[in-house]
Amino acid sequence: MRVTTSTRTGRIAGLSALALVALALALPAFASRAVIQDLFTILTLLTLAQLWNLLAGYGGLVSVGQQAFVGLGAYAMFAGVILMGLDPILAIPLGGLAALALSIPTAFFAFRLQGAYFAIGTWVVAEVTRLLIAQWKTLGGGTGTSLPREATSDILGVEPIRVLFGLREAAARDVLAYWLALALAVLTIAAIYALLRNRLGLALAAVRDNTEAAKSVGIDTTRIKWAVFLIAAFVTGLTGALIYVQTARISPDAAFSVTNWTAYVIFIVVIGGIGRLEGPILGVIVFYALQQALADYGAWYLLTLGLIAVVVMLFAPRGLWGLLSDRTGLHLFPVRRRLERIDLEGGK
Amino acid sequence: MILTLTDVTKSFGALKVADGVSFSVPQGQALGIIGPNGAGKSTLFNLITGNIAPNSGRITFLGQDVTQRPAMARVRMGVGRSFQIPQPFEGLTVYENLAVAASFGQGRSEAAVTEDCIAILRDTELLRLANTQAGALSLLDRKRLELARAMATGPKLLLLDEIAGGLTEGECQALVATIKGLHARGMTIIWIEHVLHALTAVVERLLVLDFGKVIALGAPTEIMASKEVREIYLGMEA
Repeated sequence: MRVTTSTRTGRIAGLSALALVALALALPAFASRAVIQDLFTILTLLTLAQLWNLLAGYGGLVSVGQQAFVGLGAYAMFAGVILMGLDPILAIPLGGLAALALSIPTAFFAFRLQGAYFAIGTWVVAEVTRLLIAQWKTLGGGTGTSLPREATSDILGVEPIRVLFGLREAAARDVLAYWLALALAVLTIAAIYALLRNRLGLALAAVRDNTEAAKSVGIDTTRIKWAVFLIAAFVTGLTGALIYVQTARISPDAAFSVTNWTAYVIFIVVIGGIGRLEGPILGVIVFYALQQALADYGAWYLLTLGLIAVVVMLFAPRGLWGLLSDRTGLHLFPVRRRLERIDLEGGK
Repeated sequence: MILTLTDVTKSFGALKVADGVSFSVPQGQALGIIGPNGAGKSTLFNLITGNIAPNSGRITFLGQDVTQRPAMARVRMGVGRSFQIPQPFEGLTVYENLAVAASFGQGRSEAAVTEDCIAILRDTELLRLANTQAGALSLLDRKRLELARAMATGPKLLLLDEIAGGLTEGECQALVATIKGLHARGMTIIWIEHVLHALTAVVERLLVLDFGKVIALGAPTEIMASKEVREIYLGMEA
């Protein structure tokens, strides 16, 4: 008898994913600038969604305040560029560190709260952070600011890309941001997948399913929640900084937008399938398709999103991927430990 | 003595749920706990596991004072427990339920506990269900999983909370046989149970709890013959 997580579909999916990543890397050679920009948005949303899924779907931490880490991450990058004269790319890690620093007091405060109170608590922290940042006059206060021209004119790595693809500078900057977003998304998914295959993945699932029982088998539930919250905040901060390297213009309302950085992200995870790595991937594709299809309908767009979310929650509580996976037994990222022996029931 | 409680007291407001409780359990013994509903039996377990802290008194386990130690540390020292209402990790398979308990309860890697988990699955007759999601189990199998998961943490003392409750006679006997087997191999057990014949088939000593107080402690035959116990617990006129 032996224990394995490996499946044939899993191996095929792994190879296809590698091929897809290789294709995505080469894409700037033949795709238009609009496609690259759209993919940048999709990849950063995918990263945020994977992180929120890690928090809520695996850690049971339903945060509605992730925009705090996007916004602070972005502002820390701006501070690095404007106040310290750093290259925007080199200032991105500052975003992660700032978000990490904020996540520690946030966790102290929010972990005293349970369920819906936790969600609201994180939202309050995000609003407070937004109001404080809006007081920071050097970074534009309430109206915001742009990255200075001299900082965006020779960003590290842009020149070789410009020469390689024969692009104008603004387009080359988009390619660089796109590659970074691709790297961040791939690394995030790979890291979460590795975590889930580790024994910590089992512990996370145990904490999510039943915290009391998890304690009774010796799992340090508090430490696990802290770890998940801090890791998610750090990478969310990096993502926020990267998003605003690409837009090059920031304001507190945009950077701390609960709609853009949390509501859409929750929508993506919920309709895709919470608690599964495949969920946010499918979710972000559906979300993007809906956004394109409904772009001209104004308020109807948000109403439709809400309606779809409600319908999915009622009829497919484990999301579209859950529905698909239950019907077909398909798992692209298998994490289930199976005891292999011929006379066991329920091999899936 | 593997476990000793000395004058342990716990109140919830004005209600004393443990009132000067003292008793010891020698290595390898099986102790049964009976008492009316609300007598403080599950609270006693929560005090032993560290899920709640006593207001006063002392709890020693394996010769160490554990009164102030958190639940998690006691699990790692070897206090394993099953819940009255089975609380499986529903999204995990039966095998994964054991693997996570063994790995974290014993502080070992996942690969190092595989053999242990398989042996426990075999002992508790769950091996055929190893790859089944725990949420899909029947009541008997959920009870078995409670027992198996507690065993997986590598306990030196096993606390069973009404594990036979709600089972049919046949199922109950199957479970009793499993527990008897564990005890025969030297496991120290404290078992709360309303199904008396299941309990007396295994335990060497019985403790009777009423309003948080120990009112009798001794051999099962002695206890069951005692007039006081029959009045309080069985509601019988002696």
